[in-house]
Amino acid sequence: MKKTVFFSALTLAGLAAGAATAGTLDDVKARGKLNCGVSTGVIGFAAPDANGVWQGFDVGVCRAVAAAVLGDQNAIEFVPTTGKTRFTALASGEIDMLARNTTWTYSRDVDLKFTFVGVNYYDGQGFLVPKSLGVSSATELDGATVCIQTGTTTELNLADYFRANNMSYEPVPIETNAEAQQQFLAGACDVFTTDASGLAATRSAFEKPGDYVLLPEIISKEPLGPLVRHGDDQWGDVVRWTLNALISAEELGVNSANIAELAAAAGNNPEINRMLGTEGNLGEMLGLDADWAVRAISVGGNYGELFEKNIGENTPVGLARGLNAQWTNGGLIYSPPFR
Amino acid sequence: MSDVSFVRTEMQPEKTPPASTVGIIGWAHHRLFSSYLNSAITVIALYLIFMLLKGLIPWIFSPTWSAASLGECREMIAAAGHEEGACWGVIRDRWIQIIFGFYPVEYYWRPIVTFLLLFVALAPVLFSEYTPPKLIWFTGIFPFLMPWLLWGGSIWTPLMIMAGFAICYFAFKAIDAAAGTIPALIGSVLALIVWWLFLASPVASAINNIIPIELGGVESRNFGGLMLSLTIGVVAIAISLPLGIVLALGRQSHLPIVRMMCVGFIEFIRGVPLITLLFVASTLLNIFLPPGTNFDIILRVIIMATLFSAAYMAEVIRGGLAALPKGQYEGADSLGLNYWQSQRLIIMPQALKISIPGIVSSFIGLFKDTTLVSIIGLLDPIGLSNAIRADTAWTGIVWELYGFIALLFWVFCFSMSRYSMYLERKLKTTN
Amino acid sequence: MTTLTDPPKESFRLSMLIYDTRYRSTTFQVIALIGFLTLIGWLFNNTAQNLADLGKEPSFRFLGEPAGYDINQRLIDYDSQSPHLRAAFVGLLNTLLVAVLGCITATILGVTIGVLRLSKNWLVAKVMTLYVEIIRNVPVLLWIVLTMAVMIENLPSPKDFRGEDPAATMQVFDSVAVTNRGIYVPEPLFTRGLGDAHLFGNSAMNFNISLDLWLVIAVLIAGFFVSAKIRKRADGIQEATGERPSTWYLRLGVIVVPLIITFVALGFHLGYPELKGFNFQGGTHMRNSLIALWLALSIYTAAFIAEIVRAGILAISHGQTEAAAALGLRPGKIMKLVVLPQALRVIIPPLISQFLNLTKNSSLAIAVGYMDITGTLMGITLNQTGRELETVMLGMLIYLTISLLISLVMNWYNERVKLVER
Repeated sequence: MKKTVFFSALTLAGLAAGAATAGTLDDVKARGKLNCGVSTGVIGFAAPDANGVWQGFDVGVCRAVAAAVLGDQNAIEFVPTTGKTRFTALASGEIDMLARNTTWTYSRDVDLKFTFVGVNYYDGQGFLVPKSLGVSSATELDGATVCIQTGTTTELNLADYFRANNMSYEPVPIETNAEAQQQFLAGACDVFTTDASGLAATRSAFEKPGDYVLLPEIISKEPLGPLVRHGDDQWGDVVRWTLNALISAEELGVNSANIAELAAAAGNNPEINRMLGTEGNLGEMLGLDADWAVRAISVGGNYGELFEKNIGENTPVGLARGLNAQWTNGGLIYSPPFR
Repeated sequence: MSDVSFVRTEMQPEKTPPASTVGIIGWAHHRLFSSYLNSAITVIALYLIFMLLKGLIPWIFSPTWSAASLGECREMIAAAGHEEGACWGVIRDRWIQIIFGFYPVEYYWRPIVTFLLLFVALAPVLFSEYTPPKLIWFTGIFPFLMPWLLWGGSIWTPLMIMAGFAICYFAFKAIDAAAGTIPALIGSVLALIVWWLFLASPVASAINNIIPIELGGVESRNFGGLMLSLTIGVVAIAISLPLGIVLALGRQSHLPIVRMMCVGFIEFIRGVPLITLLFVASTLLNIFLPPGTNFDIILRVIIMATLFSAAYMAEVIRGGLAALPKGQYEGADSLGLNYWQSQRLIIMPQALKISIPGIVSSFIGLFKDTTLVSIIGLLDPIGLSNAIRADTAWTGIVWELYGFIALLFWVFCFSMSRYSMYLERKLKTTN
Repeated sequence: MTTLTDPPKESFRLSMLIYDTRYRSTTFQVIALIGFLTLIGWLFNNTAQNLADLGKEPSFRFLGEPAGYDINQRLIDYDSQSPHLRAAFVGLLNTLLVAVLGCITATILGVTIGVLRLSKNWLVAKVMTLYVEIIRNVPVLLWIVLTMAVMIENLPSPKDFRGEDPAATMQVFDSVAVTNRGIYVPEPLFTRGLGDAHLFGNSAMNFNISLDLWLVIAVLIAGFFVSAKIRKRADGIQEATGERPSTWYLRLGVIVVPLIITFVALGFHLGYPELKGFNFQGGTHMRNSLIALWLALSIYTAAFIAEIVRAGILAISHGQTEAAAALGLRPGKIMKLVVLPQALRVIIPPLISQFLNLTKNSSLAIAVGYMDITGTLMGITLNQTGRELETVMLGMLIYLTISLLISLVMNWYNERVKLVER
């Protein structure tokens, strides 16, 4: 065993060292698989089902990229990462992209050297409390015990918020979401705080979701989006424009039902034509073929469809579009033009 | 002479012992109620056991095996008229996942065969008197068979790696005859390295193109559950055994620099918690290796777990070496054996034999410690229990999962510790 | 006639480095050293290059920057504006706290169980065997999360104490609140306290020590010292006259009376926990994360200690016990005067290595959210700053230091109790 592991390690090292000089896009193509970092399990965003198949909104982005680059939405290796391991995994090249409820912040961008390619969910940190607590605003939480999921920006926001409002609190740091739920339901903490989307997802899994309310205060801006390493702009562009294609598709009315028809021949909307490769050579510029966006959108539909299927109002998570509506509907979701 | 005798000639019939000293009553009197204090303790202990069972048994016998979610469980329990009960549906739903993780269903036979063969391979070591001596050959082959069965791929790769040893051996023989021992040693090691690094892989793929014998590849990311724990444990212990022997010999060596390096390594590893080594595996190992190197996380964890157990193994073997009577060393010297000969022929066979119980307990320890990988995000049984509890259907489940996982670990560890005790007893009587 | 000639002058040949036993060991060592240094250099080189590729520069400056997060369990002053180094220090103290508490309870529990396993009472012996076999064959991480789950699920939450007809009430004359957030016990307060001593000025390591506490400890130590003196004198009298003066009241008095005087002088009173707002206020709050970790580590390590104690007692040959019995000693005395002193020699070294294990296992605190050094320095600080190399290395160094200190104690003890063989 010793020898085998060493041997495979050495060959791996050799292979990897040989390939390291090439760009991530070429690596992924050569490997035939996309390594995508996801969370270890947040309902609606990324979680394996009973058959071990990953499902969720973040997973949908990964699959779209895999389909765009490799033509196969299953040519993908999901790497579950924790708050601690996610950045190292990306920095060391273990994963090609990270799609794991990661907040775009200055220091992550500048200091940790990651490129956030866009925002796929505008979130903010909120508070979940039992109705029986009789609290209607976060300003009434002085002295409360607060469960926090560690490894995120959450604990910093929380410290800042309570400090700014001159309130005291008792933080209870918790590693996993399951553990946090358990403590919160048993009353070991009064408040559970994390991103509002996560709170909604968590509440949806409760036995009696109606007994718990989200407080109106959102204490932080949490633009969540996929990210890649600094220094590989070609790969960054691939992920960025795959996400933008999903967003534009919704804006332009392209969905999984009509995409085959629209992609078959050039229509009368030039932007759709350019995006779907029936006109111009946008795919070629990206280092992909002309159909890349068609494949990306066919996987799980456009942005809106992904949203509705995984976290929308008809799912257990039940999130409203809110800030995440298209800009044409008063939201913030906005893709630069395909031109 | 009269027949009157003052001495009794026939035996008086034996009286039965007092009822309070024999049978159940006597036993109870002696072992349970020998004094007031003892009686009080017995009664209290009985009461506590009774209370425990009274709480546990109705909980365990809960008719929820077929439930598909926690909600259904609650309905079933209410329908059966109980107040509380276990929700066993989660175990029915997920037990395969807890054991195999995400290993492809169609390949489940492979880990099963592997771990059955593991017993066959271990039998010559563990139950030497009941097994044919020829079986030791299989023990030698198994380390190459196991990764092939678990990870799949072409059979030629492990075969070519095995071929490396043959090449090494023949190179040694050839050069030894031509140029002497030392060049032969250097030459054979060089041949081995060259073969493994540059030739084995192309040759294996070349042969595989002609005679393809392949098993479907399985990414180590799909390893999970108990299988992951076992794989990490078994692989790490197996590799750490030779490493541990080298370290133990190094620690006893009379060469100060070698000794210092070995002591430094052993004390460093034993001085830090395993979790920090796992942090190294998850966050730092890639930084230490040449740019662009990339193992998957399970391989990295196995590397760190191996280093970890090597340090403990070294101490176990050092204990075995220390337990050998000095006469063995002196006897070997007086036969004119050199250092390596005496180690190989006299010292190690005995030292390893007395170390086996220690090796088994260090395996138990490592096996239990593999649960720590859940903290760095791997899906071992505890990691999976978190994932399962994040499932909408099973949110709120606690005891059933933990209980099941505890039972799994207990069965393995307990049987191994029993074996280790049996071995200790055997060693005690034979010496 | 033979002439004595000098042995042939040896000229040094290169092959002698290998074939000559005088040089061989040096050769091997030099080769080993070169190999080792090459390995180290290779690792360093890789690390430097990788970090350069990532655009990171190893630096410990982040330790001086504000941590930004709060820590619930802290033995010293800390807030979110304190630097990361301070957070690490808070974590280190928490590690030491749980390690010390755990070692104490694990020893008490372990010795009790170990002795009871040898009990003549069949039921007790079997129950203890069952305990040992169940506890030590299940991973400690599982025990930690289970203990936490037991506390969270089975104890009342503070809101159960509220209302006209509360579901839960406080224990021990309304002074102790057992909740699933931890246990609130009365805290000692001093109205005429002496204040605090500030140590280490303004550095990140500064902390305050209550002088009241020191005074109480000093008085206690003095009391015990005097009490020991009295006992010694009584021993002397017994040796001389054969009669032992009754001293227990005197010995108790020299400990208790000064203590009471000190307490009165300092204006001692208890601060009781009270349900205010969301939580109990006042009193000392022992958080459930601390209790769960402490308890789990104790019961787990106790199983191992029990085995050590049992083996130690069994290692004392039966003849010793029988000889002591022949001298007319009672079973209790035999244990105390004959068996234990000899058994301790066997017990203590593995016992200390169990302490070491317990300390290392306390790093699993992260599973229950107890903020030890793994949770602060190698947890949140690592996450927030992204300095994995520096934080993990520093953390390992700290653990290594603790371990080496414990090993030193063990070596010192081994040296001291070594049987002097003649």
